[in-house]
Amino acid sequence: MKTLEKYSVDQYGFYGKFGGAYVPEMLYPNVEELKNNYLSILNEDSFKKEFDDLLSKYVGRPTPLYFASRLSEKYQTKVYLKREDLCHTGAHKVNNTIGQILLAKRLGKKRIIAETGAGQHGVATATVCALMGLPCVVYMGEVDIARQRPNVERMKILGAEVIPATSGSKTLKDATNEAMRHWINNPVDTHYIIGSVVGPHPYPDMVARFQSVISEEIIKQLSNDFGIKHPDYVIACVGGGSNAAGAFYHYMNNESVKLIAAEAAGLGNDTGKSAATTQLGKEGILHGSRTLLMQTPDGQVIEPYSISAGLDYPGIGPIHAHLFDSGRAEFISVKDEEAMLAGIELSRLEGIIPAIETSHALSVLSKKKFGKNEVVVINLSGRGDKDLDTYIKWGKY
Amino acid sequence: MTTNPIDSVFQNKDQKLLNVYFTAGFPTLEDTTKILKSLDETDVDFVEIGMPFSDPVADGPTIQESNDVALNNGISIDKLFEQLGTVKGEIKTPIILMGYLNPVMQYGIEKFCQNCVEVGVSGIIIPDLPMQDYLRQFKQLFESYGLYNIFLISPQTSEERIKLIDEHSNGFIYMVSSASITGAKADISNSQEAYFNRVNSMGLKNPRLIGFGISNNETFEKACQYAKGAIIGSAFIKALRKSTNIDHTVKEFISGIKNN
Repeated sequence: MKTLEKYSVDQYGFYGKFGGAYVPEMLYPNVEELKNNYLSILNEDSFKKEFDDLLSKYVGRPTPLYFASRLSEKYQTKVYLKREDLCHTGAHKVNNTIGQILLAKRLGKKRIIAETGAGQHGVATATVCALMGLPCVVYMGEVDIARQRPNVERMKILGAEVIPATSGSKTLKDATNEAMRHWINNPVDTHYIIGSVVGPHPYPDMVARFQSVISEEIIKQLSNDFGIKHPDYVIACVGGGSNAAGAFYHYMNNESVKLIAAEAAGLGNDTGKSAATTQLGKEGILHGSRTLLMQTPDGQVIEPYSISAGLDYPGIGPIHAHLFDSGRAEFISVKDEEAMLAGIELSRLEGIIPAIETSHALSVLSKKKFGKNEVVVINLSGRGDKDLDTYIKWGKY
Repeated sequence: MTTNPIDSVFQNKDQKLLNVYFTAGFPTLEDTTKILKSLDETDVDFVEIGMPFSDPVADGPTIQESNDVALNNGISIDKLFEQLGTVKGEIKTPIILMGYLNPVMQYGIEKFCQNCVEVGVSGIIIPDLPMQDYLRQFKQLFESYGLYNIFLISPQTSEERIKLIDEHSNGFIYMVSSASITGAKADISNSQEAYFNRVNSMGLKNPRLIGFGISNNETFEKACQYAKGAIIGSAFIKALRKSTNIDHTVKEFISGIKNN
């Protein structure tokens, strides 16, 4: 977890012009407490040891970096898959929840709240709460509860209370609003585990640090297992952007590594049914940070659309807004249909059914030409078990 | 520069000041000016008009819902200024606009200030505007237009920060009564009293109005023991929501609060 320069957060909590902490006064002390303590806690030897132990013995890290030979053959390039789908609970989300719950315990917090969209972050949070014996409340949009039933039940089995967010559009952004309101009402004993690199500073930086284990391992594995100094490309999908932040983290200041972020374009960016924030958004403020945001000319937040609930967010982490704005990362829009086809292709060529979020990143292989000897690392952020219903409804396999 | 009307109120009256909040464009689009005129005919001391936002994180279900209804009715900051323009000069009560930063930012902060002055707005409350951003980007502009920016404090706000907020506040400080969103609690407890007393003993230059959890004559009277006055929002929105005669509802509600 070493510090970065050009693309890391500054002392005021900004990435370029994006970030900051735009919170009402009632949340200021909560956010300030985190800001004043997170770096020193993360640097404690006992914290690092506990975090690393849990990641290896409980989560199953390091996750493999796997050379996908048949996929490489098909696209005439060298594709390596970082297998975050093999993490306990089925996605990278648990890297962050382990880190944050250890932090919450050191801050003396007695209960945990979280928001969730597809339910992956909710499950990862309920899991670590069970592990640590802390009560857990997860807010989830009423619409998402209906379409992600298995994850709702998983959270309940793990002992979490799932509260439907019934305000606004009843999806992820509203669940986030409700979690923030809950935190306002319970400022002293409660820690809010945000699931992505969004929210007021220090959340984006803190979550990126917990997820940075992904690129830390990629560097070691490419070098030790394959004798490769660095990849030519790292590709990841971006909703809020936590798996991408982790996969990009240690490469951000190495400009010989090109970064590609796949955004969900739903039915297409010109259809009004998309979630491609960098293409459709403009600078604004949501959930405590200044970032790119899908909104009306009057500044009202627009409800995005994607077949993948995990990418269905109207904003984007401020770190990614900065990577986009500065041109450091290339952002590619991937439509529902293209993502679904890429998911089926991976299933057939490599025997891995990916999460539909992840399929957006895989689709980049068919949208961009890579050189025969170029090394392309794709962050396989999650597995597709949770998406069976969506695959079945789509039906073209 | 002429005196800000908010200051004039405090100069003329020392206690039991009542600030009433309502959401622009609610329950119907055209009710904004109706409610404003009716309130102006009562002895309410300040009127706070909410500029609706799709994601009002500091607000409870009552005000959230009024925001959604108003947005569906077609309200916007532009439309609100247009509405206020039609009653310009008729309203004697100082008007304060309350809203979240994003819509104001998209509207354009300079244009926003110009229009506030144009239609006779005296003060602004933007709960998610950080102090540092205010000082860097807004303060000079607000001052040049004679607009007051009103900050919030809560029971968790440190003394050091309260002093900083007091230094940069004008008009009054909005003292949030408890750790809560709007409309969440309906009473004043012992720990809240301790917090009010602690703030009162700090010798601040700005007067305070207590908001959140004030819903009837009893809680209003109690809040007034600890501050110059109080702010009522959610309870008034609830009354408006089921109103069949706006003017009657407004006057009945205010007379109920003041118990006269």
